[in-house]
Amino acid sequence: MSMIKVEDKLYQNRYIVDENRPHIYIKDAEVCASNCKSQPCTFCCPANCYTKDDAGGVNLVTDGCLECGTCRVICQDHGNVSWNYPRGGYGISYKFG
Amino acid sequence: MVEKFDAIVVGAGPSGNSAAYTLAKGGLKVLQIERGEYSGSKNVQGAIMYADALERIIPDFRDDAPLERHIIEQRIWLLGDDSYIGTNYRSDSFNSERPNRYTIIRAQFDKWFNEKVREAGALVICETTVTELLRDANGKVYGVRTDRENGEVHADVVIMADGVNALLARRADLQPELPPENAALAVKEIHFIDPALIEQRFQVKGDEGVVIEMMGKVTGGMVGTAFLYTNKESLTIGIGCLISDFKERGIAPYKLLEDLKNHPVIKPLIQGGEVKEYAGHLIPEGGYKAVPQVCGDGWMVVGDAAHLNNAAHREGSNLAMTSGRFAAETLIELKKQGKAPVAANLALYKKKLDESFVMKDLKKYKNLPEIMHMSPQFFSAYPDLLNGAAHNLFTVDNVDKKTKENQILKSFAKRRSLFGLVGDAFKLARAFR
Ligand SMILES: Cc1cc2nc3c(=O)[nH]c(=O)nc-3n(C[C@H](O)[C@H](O)[C@H](O)COP(=O)(O)OP(=O)(O)OC[C@H]3O[C@@H](n4cnc5c(N)ncnc54)[C@H](O)[C@@H]3O)c2cc1C
Ligand code: SF4
Repeated sequence: MSMIKVEDKLYQNRYIVDENRPHIYIKDAEVCASNCKSQPCTFCCPANCYTKDDAGGVNLVTDGCLECGTCRVICQDHGNVSWNYPRGGYGISYKFG
Repeated sequence: MVEKFDAIVVGAGPSGNSAAYTLAKGGLKVLQIERGEYSGSKNVQGAIMYADALERIIPDFRDDAPLERHIIEQRIWLLGDDSYIGTNYRSDSFNSERPNRYTIIRAQFDKWFNEKVREAGALVICETTVTELLRDANGKVYGVRTDRENGEVHADVVIMADGVNALLARRADLQPELPPENAALAVKEIHFIDPALIEQRFQVKGDEGVVIEMMGKVTGGMVGTAFLYTNKESLTIGIGCLISDFKERGIAPYKLLEDLKNHPVIKPLIQGGEVKEYAGHLIPEGGYKAVPQVCGDGWMVVGDAAHLNNAAHREGSNLAMTSGRFAAETLIELKKQGKAPVAANLALYKKKLDESFVMKDLKKYKNLPEIMHMSPQFFSAYPDLLNGAAHNLFTVDNVDKKTKENQILKSFAKRRSLFGLVGDAFKLARAFR
């Protein structure tokens, strides 16, 4: 999957980053590692925010987040994603949309 | 003291802007709250804008709205591996004084619309996220809490125009969470390109534009569609599929977009462009059956937040604008009659929706989402078969036409039983009837 560099795509975007205040977080790392076999967040997120880590868990970095909502919708079985919009004014700011 | 308004509109997309504009024009005291840097900064669309819905709100919008191209040709393509078969409809009559459809760039269009809202007299606050509805012991909504300091504001009615994620209604238990099969995830890019190339490749002049909707191999059998739209100096290319399908198939959305861009019939159309932005957004695709309760004591939901989206015809922004206008007109009427915005009175909004094209169209296609979901062959086998049939028919070789016809029929029957074919045709015809 890493053949296409999503980072290059995100590089074109304008973000107003809210330093050290991620708007989305994984509630319980253990659930990703033990209870979730398919880990759909690692391939469905259009900004590749979720990656598999070496220990079999999932790592989340929200910097490139497009605020689409897919990860929240997709993780309903486990309800392991705490999902919020960033604080007003922060996050993705589309020039074209 | 907490400030009080006649209405608070949450969100400044097409539904929120239509509601706030209409309310302000109607003389109500309106507050509109948008979380983005500006109206449009969070919004993503293809984007085709249907003039009629806007014209009913701002009749002279053409004078200064940022419009890209008016559409004179619509293409619908079924993509095979290296081919397409499809239909084109082009008419010079779309070059009228008041064209019916335009391509737009949402960040610019929404910003313009929001200016109109301010001019009409509404108070607009951006860079502010509404975190929850304020409700009294009986559940009546009386305002919102925002992420600003002392960020509580009160109003007789809150209009939720916060888009497909509809966090406010869901958190207040006014709506269930979106099931993954009721929403599509779409990704798109904007490619800037010399307008002369657009004119040449799409055979247009001036502000004329062409839009292409695509189905077929590029979605890998998932329920979804792709699009390529012409703007003034750019092309928009994107693809979207149901979240449930992405989840099941293990396919990444950006991979589909790359495959689409590299498809042999698409690549030459976008060649030489420079990518300036990559976007992702959900589209509510559950149709009629997924529309939640749209109003209650002190609240209404409009646009994508109310699941008002016609996936069969790729219409959303016009339903959003129309529902926003209806919600506002309802409040204006109630105010005139001195009626309180309780559920029984706000039900007038639902009535307006039911009597309009909004609910009539959604109702017409109420079974389509299920049929599409249960019939992946529409998105894989059929585009393939039709492309193959065309290829066979248009290849002039030593084979006589009758034999070609039989070969084509056989290929169809092999991929899908005759019963299956007839059944599909029947199901589809019924869903569209
Ligand atoms: C890729 C794609 C292509 C599409 N193509 C077309 C097309 O060609 N033609 C068409 O008619 N439709 C199309 N649609 C559908 C169309 O975009 C939507 O139906 C339409 O934007 C819905 O308008 P809305 O105002 O209800 O929601 P939105 O446009 O999503 O606006 C919601 C607004 O609310 C704000 N907001 C959300 N939560 C909060 C909060 N808590 N506090 C404050 N503000 C908040 C958001 O920032 C946003 O500005 C497309 C959609 C997508 C994703
Ligand atoms: S909201 Fe969308 S872009 Fe952001 S992390 Fe979730 S899936 Fe990725």
